[in-house]
Amino acid sequence: MHLLEPRAQPSQIMRWTAPLIAIAATLVVGSLLFWALGKPALASFQVFFIEPLTSSNGWSELLIKACPLILIAQGLAIGFKARIYNIGAEGQLIVGALFGGGVAIYFEGSDSSLIIPAMVLAGAVGGALWGALPALLKTRFNAEETLTTLMLTYVATFILSYMVNGPWRDPEGMNFPQSVMFGDSALFGILLEGSRVNTSVFITLFAVLAFWLFNAKSFLAYQLEVGGQAPAASRYAGFSAQRTIWFSLVMSGLTAGLAGVGEVAGPVGQLNLNISPGYGFAAIIVAYLGRLHALGIVLAGFLMALIYLGGEAAQVSLQMPAAITGIFQGMLLFFLLGADAFIDNRLRTPI
Amino acid sequence: MVESLIPVLAGAIAAATPLIFAGLGELIAERTGVINLGVEGMMLTGAIAGFAAAADTGYGAAIGLPVGAIAGAATAMIFAFFALSLAANQAACGLALTIFGIGLSAFVGQHYVSYSLPGLQPLAIPLLSDIPLLGPVLFKQDAVVYLSFIAFAGVAWTLSKTRLGLLLKAVGESPESAHAIGYPVLGIRYGAVAFGGAMAGIAGAYLSTVYTPLWVQNMSAGRGWIAVALVVFATWKPTRLLLGAYLFGAVTILQFHAQGLGIDVPVQVLAALPYIATIVVLVVISRDRRLLQLNLPASLGKPFLP
Repeated sequence: MHLLEPRAQPSQIMRWTAPLIAIAATLVVGSLLFWALGKPALASFQVFFIEPLTSSNGWSELLIKACPLILIAQGLAIGFKARIYNIGAEGQLIVGALFGGGVAIYFEGSDSSLIIPAMVLAGAVGGALWGALPALLKTRFNAEETLTTLMLTYVATFILSYMVNGPWRDPEGMNFPQSVMFGDSALFGILLEGSRVNTSVFITLFAVLAFWLFNAKSFLAYQLEVGGQAPAASRYAGFSAQRTIWFSLVMSGLTAGLAGVGEVAGPVGQLNLNISPGYGFAAIIVAYLGRLHALGIVLAGFLMALIYLGGEAAQVSLQMPAAITGIFQGMLLFFLLGADAFIDNRLRTPI
Repeated sequence: MVESLIPVLAGAIAAATPLIFAGLGELIAERTGVINLGVEGMMLTGAIAGFAAAADTGYGAAIGLPVGAIAGAATAMIFAFFALSLAANQAACGLALTIFGIGLSAFVGQHYVSYSLPGLQPLAIPLLSDIPLLGPVLFKQDAVVYLSFIAFAGVAWTLSKTRLGLLLKAVGESPESAHAIGYPVLGIRYGAVAFGGAMAGIAGAYLSTVYTPLWVQNMSAGRGWIAVALVVFATWKPTRLLLGAYLFGAVTILQFHAQGLGIDVPVQVLAALPYIATIVVLVVISRDRRLLQLNLPASLGKPFLP
């Protein structure tokens, strides 16, 4: 049952080819899955992964889905490097959306050009607060961030449900759990005529550049990485573990909050119960698939967006439930982790 | 007054039952040093497999539970291959299993959304159910609740009184020593993970075939994660896990009895209570680092390559 033995040196080749191996394995097993379900494997593959990219509308939808994934994953990558596992970005996204959406609802009818900046700011604050809470619980009480961030995600969904069923429900919305549709002043401007691509793209673009510079140039990024890889050495050097925890969770909460605003002031256009199809969870996979590197995450974000688009296409053309997206996401993460095992290990040679 | 509490307490026992199964399974896996965060995914897989078997055959929970157990154990083996044989990061593998299980169950479940099952009738145990207060609370339940009592007793007894229990704990405390003496560390961990999966599967199947006998996407609603938290809360001890599960059962059931008890708060606040309570108990237990260190299986989360 022991398949591996340690390598003398970690394999740099494996580090960068592991994502490709994982993607290939996902495609192969995914095709087998289609075949097992009685769908023609090749044609299904075509519908899922090729067709969404054959129209300009497909590419713009890809961009719309990739942006929040990339944005969240940039923030998560900071923590993952330091081995701080925030798995509740979904909740931080929701709270960001609530804060940003709250601004839109409060100033309903105003056409001030300051509303969007205010929403962005509020969303960042909301997400950061929801990330700060587990940071407080971890630094003050030693509570595991994996479980607290996840539990806070459930709490966030109930707050959202309360708000859109109660105080913020659209009085003319036929009792549906949703807020009013936001006015133009509370929506990001459309960037490409005829598509849904909007100016929130620039937030993601800015985040990618900022995190790229941060990782390449800053001493803090170095401290975070040392803290994750060699905690003892990090303590010896006097780097603060507490600061690492606060910084990781607040930053990843902040980016998730921004992504939440991007959704409600973008493609969704209101607060309702479906503001995110699990972007907060998928972004975890995006961060690892992109090797926790700012530019790698961009590529991984587009791939993950394609899996979402493929899931939607499969729903329409193959009459498959959109849940197929989750199956692909789970497989991708498994195969990635499996391939990653070969960075530090190799197959055991039989004696 | 006491009379009116009986349905609340009896409801709490039933609500705690899935947490007991899933928690005991995770407890055994963690005692051997493996943390499996995929409980939620295994629970949902067990829930849909058990529901499908019950709906297709018409035999109800009698077939649903074993099929759920098999499905849970089977998905646990995917986790085990990556986390044990390939020694990959256990926390991340568990997360992958949860994402996979949520997707898989929703995918299979699309055919079963409009079905409902008859569920199970309560089974009063003669004599015991006549005890005032305790009788109707504990001994007028469905058969699966009694099964959870037996599962608890079995796990507690195995851990504290048997050779097998000693072996499980030895593997968790020092896999190197266990390996050196000649015990198959990986084999034992595989077994413990499979047991954890089967128990999570039973927990899921109980939800879908007995507790609320219909299929709803994502119906475990975080119970798998709460079970993981309960194991920490219990400091890896079965008796404390049982008590913790009943406490959570009571918190969960509160939302259905709030009106009757004269509590007037929005339904979402009550529904969020179990998750907030999870955070609170984690904080309470984790702040005592010494207590946690004393009981934590020494090799928890660390892969073993001999």
